[in-house]
Amino acid sequence: MAERKIRVIIAKPGLDGHDRGAKVVAQALRDAGMEVIYTGLRQTPEMIAQAALQEDVDAVGMSILSGAHLALVPRVIDLLRANGQKDVAVFVGGIIPEADVPELHKMGVFAVYGPGTNTQTVVAEVQKAAAARLAE
Amino acid sequence: MDIPATALAIRRGDRLALARGLTQVENDTPAGRELLSLLFAEGGQAHLIGVTGAPGTGKSSLVNALAAFYRRTRQVKVGVVAVDPTSPFTGGALLGDRVRMRDLATDPGVFVRSMAARGALGGLAHTTAAVVQLMDAAGYEVILIETVGAGQSEVDIVRLAHTTLVIEAPGLGDDIQAIKAGILEIADILVVNKADQPGVENTERALMSMLEMEHHGFEGDPTHWIPPVLRSIASRNEGIEALAEAIQRHQIFLKNSGEWQRREAARLKGELHVLVQELLVQAWQEALPENAYQQTLEALLSRQTSPHQAAQDLLRYTHR
Ligand SMILES: Nc1nc2c(ncn2[C@@H]2O[C@H](COP(=O)(O)OP(=O)(O)OP(=O)(O)O)[C@@H](O)[C@H]2O)c(=O)[nH]1
Ligand SMILES: [Mg+2]
Repeated sequence: MAERKIRVIIAKPGLDGHDRGAKVVAQALRDAGMEVIYTGLRQTPEMIAQAALQEDVDAVGMSILSGAHLALVPRVIDLLRANGQKDVAVFVGGIIPEADVPELHKMGVFAVYGPGTNTQTVVAEVQKAAAARLAE
Repeated sequence: MDIPATALAIRRGDRLALARGLTQVENDTPAGRELLSLLFAEGGQAHLIGVTGAPGTGKSSLVNALAAFYRRTRQVKVGVVAVDPTSPFTGGALLGDRVRMRDLATDPGVFVRSMAARGALGGLAHTTAAVVQLMDAAGYEVILIETVGAGQSEVDIVRLAHTTLVIEAPGLGDDIQAIKAGILEIADILVVNKADQPGVENTERALMSMLEMEHHGFEGDPTHWIPPVLRSIASRNEGIEALAEAIQRHQIFLKNSGEWQRREAARLKGELHVLVQELLVQAWQEALPENAYQQTLEALLSRQTSPHQAAQDLLRYTHR
């Protein structure tokens, strides 16, 4: 029997076309031994939720630079729940005003990462969040 | 996991149940094995289409275009399994094939699953065949399997798929020597993708002349399949209908010639063989008294016994 790998989706919702940050995080998670599904630019919430479902991921990370996080994130979380994936850990990266962070946490996001975040912090926290899910 | 309930849900078309079942099967857990056993009678229906070729030739783009074509023109459910390499250093993997499969992203009749090769070298993961089996049992009638674009020995895909597409692209070196040895043995259909780029004719000509040598004297023989060479521009959906037609012709050929049944039988026989070996080794390990292995090994290391004799000694323990 093989060990259970942590599976994560890194998605880029919204219309902005910069995925450098998303790719850096995806690579860091891969280098930490995770299986990272990268879905590309301009993903709709429906596309992200479908990918999360089909790939049976432990965590969903979204990189949002467009300022649309307060519209996109709850939509994705609602779809995940509607699909029966209540236990999937959701995190957000990108340019998120400090004032919006508590609101995102309230929606169920476990972490919000700004542009300067050390990728090792992301790795450690995703590992912890995914481990909590796998332990269930 | 309630396995019988999950099996029922998968048969009913529950996508969450399938996704979770696939994880169990991919990890080769006892639950995954039981799930496959419960659903075994439902399988064996799907047309399994392998898609292989060097990195970046357009495999994912073609899978996207083909699957979308099947969805538009036939009422079939389409499964996709896309395998990417695992990093040998970290054990992690970046699975990026979905980037080129946008058209399938929200289609309820399509299920795309990415897999990491997890150290397997033949272009597929060890459990890809089992993952495909579960999708088959879930009612996906066409299953497209994209291999790692390793350009090495892609024999695994031939063993798994009914129809194998080998994707080439122009400019990779247009002479016969540059075209990888062995692709003619594995290809049921050769596709020169990126036909919008210079050099298509050269690649096509090289493939054709290799085929002529290989299949000389068999032209017109209905019991002999000669792989067609087709052009496509996957990113613009061009050449997809002709490709789908060729795939269908190959399926008909397999069925009419009895080759479909032969491949099915060979695959199941191979699977049985592997399982018998695994189970025998497992039973033997369980029957082995503590220290017996260590003692035999020590006798071997001090050359009191030969490897062959040592193996005989250890095998005695299977007779319970
Ligand atoms: N010009 C041109 N580009 C294409 C065509 N088909 C695919 N591409 C591009 O080629 C690149 C690689 O395509 P993929 O579909 O990802 O190729 P792949 O074989 O799946 O790649 P790996 O999975 O990484 O081995 C992408 O940038 C595609 O947009 C085509 O017909 N013409
Ligand atoms: Mg690909």
